[in-house]
Amino acid sequence: MNGVHDMGGMHGLGPIQAENEEPVFPERWEGRAFALTLAMAAWRKWTLDGSRHQRELIPSAEYLRMSYYEKWIAGLVELLVKSGLVTSTELERGKAVLDSPKAAPPLTADKVLPVLAHGRPASRDVSVLPRFRVGQRVRTRNMHPTGHTRLPRYARDKLGTIDRDRGVFVFPDTNAHSLDEKPQHVYSVRFGASELWGEQGAPQDAVYIDIWDDYLEPA
Amino acid sequence: MAFLAKMKAATNTPAQKPDHHHHQAIPSEVALRVKALESLLVEKGLVDPAALDALIDTYENKVGPRNGARVVARAWVDPAYKERLLINATAAIAELGYTGMQGEHMVVVENTPKVHNLVVCTLCSCYPWPVLGLPPVWYKSAPYRSRAVIDPRGVLREFGLQLAEDVEVRVWDSTSEVRFLVLPERPAGSEQLSEEALAALVTRNAMIGVAKVTLPQPGGHS
Repeated sequence: MNGVHDMGGMHGLGPIQAENEEPVFPERWEGRAFALTLAMAAWRKWTLDGSRHQRELIPSAEYLRMSYYEKWIAGLVELLVKSGLVTSTELERGKAVLDSPKAAPPLTADKVLPVLAHGRPASRDVSVLPRFRVGQRVRTRNMHPTGHTRLPRYARDKLGTIDRDRGVFVFPDTNAHSLDEKPQHVYSVRFGASELWGEQGAPQDAVYIDIWDDYLEPA
Repeated sequence: MAFLAKMKAATNTPAQKPDHHHHQAIPSEVALRVKALESLLVEKGLVDPAALDALIDTYENKVGPRNGARVVARAWVDPAYKERLLINATAAIAELGYTGMQGEHMVVVENTPKVHNLVVCTLCSCYPWPVLGLPPVWYKSAPYRSRAVIDPRGVLREFGLQLAEDVEVRVWDSTSEVRFLVLPERPAGSEQLSEEALAALVTRNAMIGVAKVTLPQPGGHS
């Protein structure tokens, strides 16, 4: 979707405020918000792409106003209700509905380190033919889906060159909506800064973007 | 949906600056709501509070940029390791014991006198957790995400890094599940340093690509 989260190339979003010694979680609730999001993801009721998309659905003005983990919590609350793990009545009251069965959490303390160490690979060991090869000139599609996508607006309808084939990965545009994983090749594509930004790009510079097969056409 | 509505409304308090933190004596509205949400999820048996503590402890105390610094220092002293790192970063980084969440598919990009690499995620906040820990606020915030791709040289100047015109800047936008680590240039004059001493020089910012690795100035305090 063409949301404000897709902000590559925008002007006017203020100066970078680089702090070097900030704590990992400057406020305690931020750590809790982070951990709640990871712990609830362990239920596997939604995908990582789905949780990204949920945060993208935060209305643009609020998205820009919210701090980082506020967005995480806002997204999590919506996913909890959509998935049926929590009802809106329970959220309203802050209490479990009486006689609702008590669940057993999938992520217990003893599993945290092994789960983190294993991760959740997005690659798929399936045989899919690549439509493009390294060195080939390609053009990104001029596409504006209303759902989730990982082709940034600044890189649509642009010419680039395939630099690497990264292998086969799930496709965010379908995976986010719990549809088919649609595994396909992802390529590292090199775009000259002048192709992306015209005179504002330094001709010697480049942006490398990981691009799914479905986002590309032969040039 | 009053709770949900409040959850959103809580973000409208003027005290909350976008993507910036400050320290308040009284718990903020959002802090109270997160606490209420945690209580509900624990009551329903959906989360184990000890697992939350363990997650927080991991990223506050165990996993951070010291991991990445060890990878970089190893690559500087061991050419065979560096070769493996540039060919298959995920496997080479796993040799040092760093694996998993948000580092399942690692790529290392090497800075040279003629190429400078810079990492961003314009669409959200993708970052290589096993080697760098969780990202700093500036990396996740709108000013960096918006400008790194269109004005990388200007961004680098703000971080105190002025690059010559004949250096090629490569910006890596983390749109897929691939996560990037910059292998900075080893500083001149560091030939006598041990691997451990080299690792101590490597900063988080250098591994994102907004800084170079430098030797401490004689008489300085960095």
